[in-house]
Amino acid sequence: MAVGVRTQDLRKVYNSSPPAGAAGGFIARADAKGGKQPKTQIPALDGLSLEILPGEIFGLLGPNGAGKSTTVGVLTTRVRPTSGQAWIGDHDVWKEQAQVKRLIGVVPQRPNLDFSLTAREILIFHAAYFGIGSKQRNDRADALLEKFKLTERAHQMVRGFSGGMMQRLSIARAMMHDPQVLFLDEPSAGLDPQTRILLWEIIREYHQAGKTVLLTTHNMEEADALCQRLAIVDHGHVIAQGTPVDLKASIPGGYLLRLRFGNQTADLLQRLQALAGVREVRAADSTGADVYADRGGSLIPEIATLAANAGAELSDVHISEPSLENLFLHHTGRSLRD
Amino acid sequence: MNWKTFGAMLARDAHVARRNAIQLFLQTFLQPLLFVFIFGRVMVGSGYMPAAYKSLLLPGIIAISMTFTGIWAVAMPLIAEFQWTREIEDRLLAPISVGWIAIEKIIAGMLQALVAGLAVIPLAWLVLRPGVEISIRSPLTFALIIVLVAGFSACGGLALGCSINQQHIGLMFSMVMTPMIFFGCTYYPWSALKTFPILQKLVLINPLVYASEGLRATLVPQSPHLAVTAVLIALVFFDVLLLVVGLHQFEKKSVS
Repeated sequence: MAVGVRTQDLRKVYNSSPPAGAAGGFIARADAKGGKQPKTQIPALDGLSLEILPGEIFGLLGPNGAGKSTTVGVLTTRVRPTSGQAWIGDHDVWKEQAQVKRLIGVVPQRPNLDFSLTAREILIFHAAYFGIGSKQRNDRADALLEKFKLTERAHQMVRGFSGGMMQRLSIARAMMHDPQVLFLDEPSAGLDPQTRILLWEIIREYHQAGKTVLLTTHNMEEADALCQRLAIVDHGHVIAQGTPVDLKASIPGGYLLRLRFGNQTADLLQRLQALAGVREVRAADSTGADVYADRGGSLIPEIATLAANAGAELSDVHISEPSLENLFLHHTGRSLRD
Repeated sequence: MNWKTFGAMLARDAHVARRNAIQLFLQTFLQPLLFVFIFGRVMVGSGYMPAAYKSLLLPGIIAISMTFTGIWAVAMPLIAEFQWTREIEDRLLAPISVGWIAIEKIIAGMLQALVAGLAVIPLAWLVLRPGVEISIRSPLTFALIIVLVAGFSACGGLALGCSINQQHIGLMFSMVMTPMIFFGCTYYPWSALKTFPILQKLVLINPLVYASEGLRATLVPQSPHLAVTAVLIALVFFDVLLLVVGLHQFEKKSVS
């Protein structure tokens, strides 16, 4: 039976720098008592609540430092939350660690393969940690090596493996004990396009077997292509949640026109707002404006005329169609790539 | 407690130790054997040291080999695994509580320390003979002492391995290991320090003192040594202390 994942108002404050791969976003300095050196407090999660349904592919989308890896860390018993709760199925992650660990498979952001072992031994020992019998673990290791195109390298030490091979082996290892919930932290970072497509296929196939998948990404294309539902995370909390289609539909108008003028006036912004099809106008910097509208290119002549009449030459235009990138920008005023 | 997982982790460590057997062998035995040769053969043979020194030296050499094998076997992999390769993460995600993973590391380290200690006896005896008079009067006390020595070494390795930064490994050797060896009553009995009364009290914080003196008491009782009861009490104390510190540091390191 498929297993869901839930978090309730998770908060995590690191008192020193967070572990690699779980870097907090915004640094606050809180003065420690007693006139000591000020202590660096890094809030990584700020009341994050999620509900991932059994058997769905769920994505956490956000920029670096948004709290995605920390969320995965809490759900996989590796990060102790400052407050709040997390469950895998009916098990409280913090109180029932061993039961939770049986249900989950984890693919970390940075490879953590056992450098003292060969590729095949890594899979076999991993299965042995989960109490899987000798014949079964040997058969499963061979099948997974085949599936991930690693059979030829099975008996080599992993030290000399390329990044892509290590990533494939990490995923194979996470699947060895057939977990109900698979966590993938930035699974396609640094992969070549071919390997990325193989990875997507494998994730979809695993999901079709009735498993729950939670992946983090800052790649909108990946989120859009793979995930049934998404949560957009920034500064440690969820700023929007839903299916990719619903989320994109929630952007006013859908189209985003990023404009730049020779100079910009409040009057100009008001006039832009009055154009047919324009839903929302926001000032960006001192000379720019972000216009959300339900049409794209056809607005440009009108904008150019309007700007010329206001004495502010239109100097640059960028039009983007409805996308998760625009959604992120709409909610945070920042680009995902910033 | 999940014995299958625990056993699989021990099997993994045994597998890796087998693979690195030659390296481990040289690492463990080369230095003590050179010491035994120079001090036991060259110095005694040329008359700079009395012949009785051979018997005094052997327990100290066993204590050094065991202690440093135990510390090394646990600390070095942990430093690399937590900070560099992160390969321990796979075991941290195995269905067993984190404390048992640390216990497994201790057991693996103790086994290596015991093998080192028991193997160094015949090797050193071969280099030193003739003239070494070993007499184990109470095998049970001897067994208890070497298990306790293996225990504090492995627990100390756990505590060090979870506390020391990768860039401070060199410092660990010069600040921890070297003073431990030279103030560990390994090359001389504790009673030889009586002309330095303050130092003689200070070295009692060094667990290696009890390892050397305990082995001296059980292997070459004719040499001067501390009372066996005092040695046993001190060794149990250090075992428990380093176990508690080691487990605490391990849990701190494995959960952020």
